[in-house]
Amino acid sequence: MLNSDLLKFIFGRLTIEAIPYHEPILIVTFVGVAIGGLALLGAITYFRLWNYLWTEWFTSVDHKKIGIMYVILAIVMLIRGFSDAIMMRAQQAIAFGSNNGYLPPHHYDQVFTAHGVIMIFFMAMPLVTGLMNFVVPLQIGARDVSFPFLNNFSFWMTVGGAVIVMMSLFVGEYARTGWLAYPPLSEAAYSPGVGVDYYIWGLQIAGVGTTLSGINLIATIVKMRAPGMTMMKMPVFCWTSLCTNVLIVAAFPVLTAVLALLTLDRYVGTNFFTNDLGGNPMMYINLIWIWGHPEVYILVLPAFGIFSEVVSTFCGKRLFGYASMVYATIVITILSYLVWLHHFFTMGSGASVNSFFGITTMIISIPTGAKMFNWLFTMYRGRIRFEVPMLWTIGFMFTFVIGGMTGVLLAVPPADFVLHNSLFLIAHFHNVIIGGVVFGLFAGINYWFPKAFGFRLDPFWGKMSFWFWLVGFYFAFMPLYVLGLMGVTRRLNHFDDPSLQIWFIIAAFGAFLIALGIASFIVQIAVSIRNREKLRDFTGDPWDGRTLEWSTASPPPDYNYAFTPVIHDHDAFADMKKRGYKRPLEGYRPIHMPRNTGAGVILAAFSVIFGFSMIWYIWWLAALSFAAILIGAIVHTFNYKRDFYIPAEDVVQAENARTTLLAGGV
Amino acid sequence: MTTKTDLTAPGTVPVFFVEEEHGHAEGSTMLGFWIYLMSDCLIFAVLFATYAVLGHSYAAGPSGKDLFELPTVAINTSMLLLSSITYGFAMLAMDKERQGQMLFWLVITGLFGLAFVGLELTEFASLIREGATPQRSAFLSSFFTLVGTHGLHVSVGIIWLVTLMVQVMKHGLIPENRRRLLCLSMFWHFLDVIWIGVFSFVYLMGVLV
Amino acid sequence: MSSQPHDARLVGHDSDTSGHGSMGGYVTGFILSVILTAIPFWLVMGNVLNDSRLTAIAVMGLAVVQIVVHMICFLHMNTKSEGGWTLLSLIFTLVILVIALSGSLWVMYHLNTNMMQMTPGDAMNMP
Repeated sequence: MLNSDLLKFIFGRLTIEAIPYHEPILIVTFVGVAIGGLALLGAITYFRLWNYLWTEWFTSVDHKKIGIMYVILAIVMLIRGFSDAIMMRAQQAIAFGSNNGYLPPHHYDQVFTAHGVIMIFFMAMPLVTGLMNFVVPLQIGARDVSFPFLNNFSFWMTVGGAVIVMMSLFVGEYARTGWLAYPPLSEAAYSPGVGVDYYIWGLQIAGVGTTLSGINLIATIVKMRAPGMTMMKMPVFCWTSLCTNVLIVAAFPVLTAVLALLTLDRYVGTNFFTNDLGGNPMMYINLIWIWGHPEVYILVLPAFGIFSEVVSTFCGKRLFGYASMVYATIVITILSYLVWLHHFFTMGSGASVNSFFGITTMIISIPTGAKMFNWLFTMYRGRIRFEVPMLWTIGFMFTFVIGGMTGVLLAVPPADFVLHNSLFLIAHFHNVIIGGVVFGLFAGINYWFPKAFGFRLDPFWGKMSFWFWLVGFYFAFMPLYVLGLMGVTRRLNHFDDPSLQIWFIIAAFGAFLIALGIASFIVQIAVSIRNREKLRDFTGDPWDGRTLEWSTASPPPDYNYAFTPVIHDHDAFADMKKRGYKRPLEGYRPIHMPRNTGAGVILAAFSVIFGFSMIWYIWWLAALSFAAILIGAIVHTFNYKRDFYIPAEDVVQAENARTTLLAGGV
Repeated sequence: MTTKTDLTAPGTVPVFFVEEEHGHAEGSTMLGFWIYLMSDCLIFAVLFATYAVLGHSYAAGPSGKDLFELPTVAINTSMLLLSSITYGFAMLAMDKERQGQMLFWLVITGLFGLAFVGLELTEFASLIREGATPQRSAFLSSFFTLVGTHGLHVSVGIIWLVTLMVQVMKHGLIPENRRRLLCLSMFWHFLDVIWIGVFSFVYLMGVLV
Repeated sequence: MSSQPHDARLVGHDSDTSGHGSMGGYVTGFILSVILTAIPFWLVMGNVLNDSRLTAIAVMGLAVVQIVVHMICFLHMNTKSEGGWTLLSLIFTLVILVIALSGSLWVMYHLNTNMMQMTPGDAMNMP
């Protein structure tokens, strides 16, 4: 008995039973991941890349490298989240009548929870943050973000959250509660396992990173703009990034607090959201949607910014209605805090409350509509070049309008009472998130890839990816609208009515097309790397761009700009080209830069250990790792040597190399 | 740096770059920290909202009227208020480059902070002894969480204060340390502001109703 | 908010690391705070107003005044610091705070009214 007590002390509730070796699907996945992971690690070791990765990437405080790492994380997590999606589509396409499919309910519930959490927090958020990180300092003519170390730390905390979520696949289980873990189901009484704890700690650790990176980017945009760049001369992408980060900083604390209260309920036994002793589960739902609705705009506003940049570049025109675009963004930012109740019209607030939130929801579609018209008017009489980013933009405009209109339909409370919790809702939010956010992010990746790496992405495979995604999207989600109108509810892993099956088969076919779209994207990257010499861009300005980032080299030097740019117009680079800007060729000076540090990686690693030991009740390890985080953070503040100067000779060398290239390329 | 008129005057050759360095990150620290405080403020907003909604769910247990002892709360409040003014004195000493005097006031501030946390812990302990535990009712859950989160912030502030005192003793009043002391100053006064909400909304109103 | 972003930097670094406070400011703030703390405690502990609703309004009103005093005297809030951005962010935060607090109370009040606990018998006799 002493032995079992000791084991319990050492391992908490972690036992060998927690490894799901009796689940064949997971074993196959695990073997796949293990072989792939070992191959990757082996390759890194074989090519002696560890030192390079550590010094040049992991510890880097360069906003460009951190941005790229965010995007890589997001693409990895996209593949994980999409595997969940296609598993669900396959299950629903076959599980009719006597056929129970291949996913039992307890597994299916984990799959849809993980799909939602991963796609929102670990695919869309890192992709958005990554693009903002890469682009914003370049667009405002800054050397880096305001707090470069914090940026690195934020990234690794996001990775830490992702690691916790991925761990749940092979050690224990994930939550079976849906992506927002509503109580009382998520309370200890009904979900005693580790699933909800994995959910909580994964989100809390990633949430720290998200909030800090939001603060960082706000300070950057407010304080580090180049001379002459007043607020109304900022590129639209910077404006939408600013508003997004304001939303992040104002919304994520709410999520943090709500999850902390749920944590207390589960760990300490408090009664915030329990059914008895005065607790009120509805309060959780109320609070989490105060975060949840702004979150939607956190994702879509940067996408709107990307579309604005892409439209004006590929139409060769100034953006139509710059000021109205800015004001629409600000209005959306504020209004997004006044609509949260439309996520729970049916919970029973009554007519007055429901009509207030129904009306605010309809109002918020007005600034969004204004933006749509701005893009259309920018295209009107423009000389449109149908490059891949522009295709994504046009696909977005068609798709997002449909999603927006079904959204306004759902904003009518009586209609919501019919459609609530149905597949209509699922179709609606995938319509706006895929049609808005994902299309926007693909447009952004295709648009800024040449800036990041100095060569374009292969257009053929880019177009393949776009068309597979677009057609696949309509095949996958239009049937769900139909099913939702017929009253089919969400999150079911088995159906009795065989007449519904054909719609699910069509939806599964759509998901298969989207899989081809993702595969084409990966092929696109591989082909582009192979053909990089053919796709090389020496000018730094492959699209005839209009904003400042296109005026520097591709990839930009560490210091971004040898001289501080001065801005006269919101299309700064277009203005420079028009008015005969000449690249300065001499007079370079040493450049003050932040120094790399490994503290971010180390603190985030301790945080992962802390989260893991809290999940499994390994209290001694939790205490140790918490102390390590605290001490690590304090020790880090004793490091005062955080900057260095790039010597003028290095700047001269880099800039002369670019001069030679420009001369040869033109 | 070129003046504003040079940048925008029509007819002249536009200036597209300046040779001087610009935009050091240090200038952003105060604003960045302020924005962090705003986000922290919203964490407290959620806790206040939770208390406002659940604060009357006694579940047949004790209410604020039965539990709160206003004299203790008044002493607690004065501790925090005194620590605010002593931190202010420390900042005045810093502006006058008087390092020893500043450290003295920081020590006093820390002691007031410790007294505050100590009193709060004593209060919590006596509540728990009476059976008014955080698990007893939703009211007590939200009370302990709101007041405890504030106390946790003060404790973090004390740890930070000690760290900064060591750093000042090690490196003197260099710009980095001054900036850090100003950040902690904002943090400390911010916690005092939150406490105004706590003693008014939780304690005084709790005794009233 | 069309402030010239480079203006702040021209001022130099001295203003960045000074406390902006003055002895008079701190002492005024302290005295005001003591008064504004003492009054509500006195009102509640002495039951001076003999009306709990009125007392509650007075307590919350005095709290708001004291918060403003702290903001000005201790946190040195003004319209100019950081080009107005601190004030702007404070106002934005207050707006969100008011929305979250009052919205939650409003929503939850209606939910509680409409979702009163009932026995199965009550539920069957609902109109």
